Amino acid sequence: MKRLLKGGRVLDPASGVDGDYDVLIEADRVLRVERGLPADDDVRVIEVPRGFVIVPGLIDMHVHLREPGQEHKETIATGTASAVAGGFTAVACMPNTSPVNDNAGVTQFMLNKAAESGLARVYPIGAVTRGSKGEQLADLAELHAAGCVGVSDDGHPVRTALIMRRALEYTSMLKMPVIDHCEDPSLKGDGVAHEGFHAAALGLRGIPGAAEEIMVARDVTLAGMTGGHVHIAHMSAKGSLRAVRHGKEQGFAVTCEVAPHHFTLTDEALHRPVQYDTNVKMNPPLRDATDVAALLEGLADGSIDAIATDHAPHHADEKLVEFDRAPFGIVGLETCVPLALDRLVHTERISLRRFVELLSVNPARILRRPGGALAPGSVADITVIAPDARVTIHARALRSKSKNTPFDGWELRGAPAATIVGGRTVFTNPAVTGSAVFA
Amino acid sequence: MTKSSLKSKDSETALAPTSRPASRLRSKHLLGIEELSPEEIVLILDTAEAMREIAERPIKKVPTLRGRTVVNLFFEPSTRTRTSFEVAEKRLSADTLNVAIATSSVVKGETLVDTALNLEAMSPDMIVLRHAASGACHLLARVCRSRIINAGDGMHEHPTQALLDAFTIRQHKGRLAGLKVAIVGDLLHSRVLRSNVLLLTRLGADVWLCGPPTLIPTGIERLGVHVTPAVDEAVADADVIMLLRIQLERMEGGFFPSLREYFQVFGMTEERVRRARPDAIIMHPGPMNRGVEIASEVADGPYSVILEQVANGVAVRMAVLYLLAGGIDDEAAA
Repeated sequence: MKRLLKGGRVLDPASGVDGDYDVLIEADRVLRVERGLPADDDVRVIEVPRGFVIVPGLIDMHVHLREPGQEHKETIATGTASAVAGGFTAVACMPNTSPVNDNAGVTQFMLNKAAESGLARVYPIGAVTRGSKGEQLADLAELHAAGCVGVSDDGHPVRTALIMRRALEYTSMLKMPVIDHCEDPSLKGDGVAHEGFHAAALGLRGIPGAAEEIMVARDVTLAGMTGGHVHIAHMSAKGSLRAVRHGKEQGFAVTCEVAPHHFTLTDEALHRPVQYDTNVKMNPPLRDATDVAALLEGLADGSIDAIATDHAPHHADEKLVEFDRAPFGIVGLETCVPLALDRLVHTERISLRRFVELLSVNPARILRRPGGALAPGSVADITVIAPDARVTIHARALRSKSKNTPFDGWELRGAPAATIVGGRTVFTNPAVTGSAVFA
Repeated sequence: MTKSSLKSKDSETALAPTSRPASRLRSKHLLGIEELSPEEIVLILDTAEAMREIAERPIKKVPTLRGRTVVNLFFEPSTRTRTSFEVAEKRLSADTLNVAIATSSVVKGETLVDTALNLEAMSPDMIVLRHAASGACHLLARVCRSRIINAGDGMHEHPTQALLDAFTIRQHKGRLAGLKVAIVGDLLHSRVLRSNVLLLTRLGADVWLCGPPTLIPTGIERLGVHVTPAVDEAVADADVIMLLRIQLERMEGGFFPSLREYFQVFGMTEERVRRARPDAIIMHPGPMNRGVEIASEVADGPYSVILEQVANGVAVRMAVLYLLAGGIDDEAAA
């Protein structure tokens, strides 16, 4: 049976559509996007509530699903449940599992688990090097053939400039990006927080912004040299953005993403409201106000390509330790859309159209996946946004297996109302009035 | 327990001063100087004056904390601080329990929280914690019922050290406000530094920090202090010179070229001390490296109050234990 989403605002930057349109879905495809489509007998009509916006399915291009190997933190089933609850129809999962996703067997395992779960699409990211050890390239073509959409040694940078050069050269024939977690290991040292006043006052070892900036500059240079596509993961420092802008001006294949916590919080969160909250410990760390200002500018002016959560689930026990010993990272899938709407769209830093570019159009383009569009014939991955819904984040209520978020109790404006993957509704948000019509 | 129980059997002298702006501490813990108001700092120092008198008696013990259990939980080796707390607890008649845990054995097994909760099952009233991780006391304060006293957490704070330093300065100078205090040494890794900066600025001292630029914490000037790499400028006309320990591993970590060069550039020599005020005092929280941050002649000189600091540590810690125990009584009465 066909489904007709009737009467909502449709926002599809790829086709330039923004206005009240009807969307006709047949099986897993978008059939038509037009005004006043007839409700034929074989069509189930869904009257879209006022104020809802229909956009191409959101794609989180940087998550950790922890399976195989760390199923106490997250599984592909719980991670994709968290994804669809956050409004994401697809996620790209990092290879730092156990074993590392550096071979087709692990990739296939992930894809099988994702298919079993039947929620969000899962796009595995393969390792750049065997075991992500930074020494020898993984079988990159085999990973690509098995379904990997990019490669990364995330958690660590690609260690040497030489390996990065080779990876960029080699992947250029595969048309997939090398996604780099940029930090100079010697400058990062054993740091646990942004090197600045707050870390100094709390006696926490610092990670300077320069640790990231130096390696971004290296990668931009190598992208220019090799013609390969480098994507800068979870960019946090203002100097990194300058390097990316410089690369783009030269026409290099350089893209980058920013995580919601990096445009929402500063390192002041180390101090307030709770000192030494391990849920504000992430890598890269929360930077200072000047870095946040730069990122907000980059999000608005287009020099930042994507918002990605770096969803990093950790068990409560692992975070209930001394700040120095706690693992880096927070969950992000279910807080991303409210934070981006509240902090970026409602503050008028970016338009809703730009929001869709950052969370759907550009991630699809960077990973060269279908999606990011609602044109007739495109896959029916759709997110319904309720930009004005008032929601409160409750850590305990998250679908993710882990609850490590610093946003517990935050009241935000804007939320996903429903998530449709391949024409099938996989989530309706009980916190948003009216979303049940999509069930 | 009431204040009158502070009176010892052989003296009917009330120990607590009769009037002061603050009469109790707001927090149930002593996590750091950061949480203390100037009035609370003065309260602790005034209470310590009363406690110091006990050390001068033939029988150095009062029943104030009788029936109270204090656990000294030390995850780092410490001689001075641990014994100082233990003496303070015993002079107040508390039951004390020393738990020293080598960090290595903890890394293998139990977490800090589990260790603390196990100790708590034996119902101590207070836990004195020394730990290598900044914020360890804050973590325990969130999960434990006991009062937590910070005896040094990583590079963060060492509040009783700053209190005893302030007590010692006040003894000699009669005040803290308006004094020029120069602190020279490894500022980056020092918890003593952070507590002292917070305390001294809060009570109106003019604080100058000096050390190699590699050992100066980023943004520390936001705490209202002067920062300079020029030791002569830092000590010029100072009322107090406080030296911080330089650890050998800092040289190995590349923070400065050699101990020899450190002493040449920053070491506190008699010549440098002469730039300070004639009545300046020299302080060091210990343990000292003679010939590195301080010349022996300075450490042993007439202006050195280093051993007085140690003696005052007991009185200050007694004051902290007493005031926090008062909070337990307030809660019980409520």
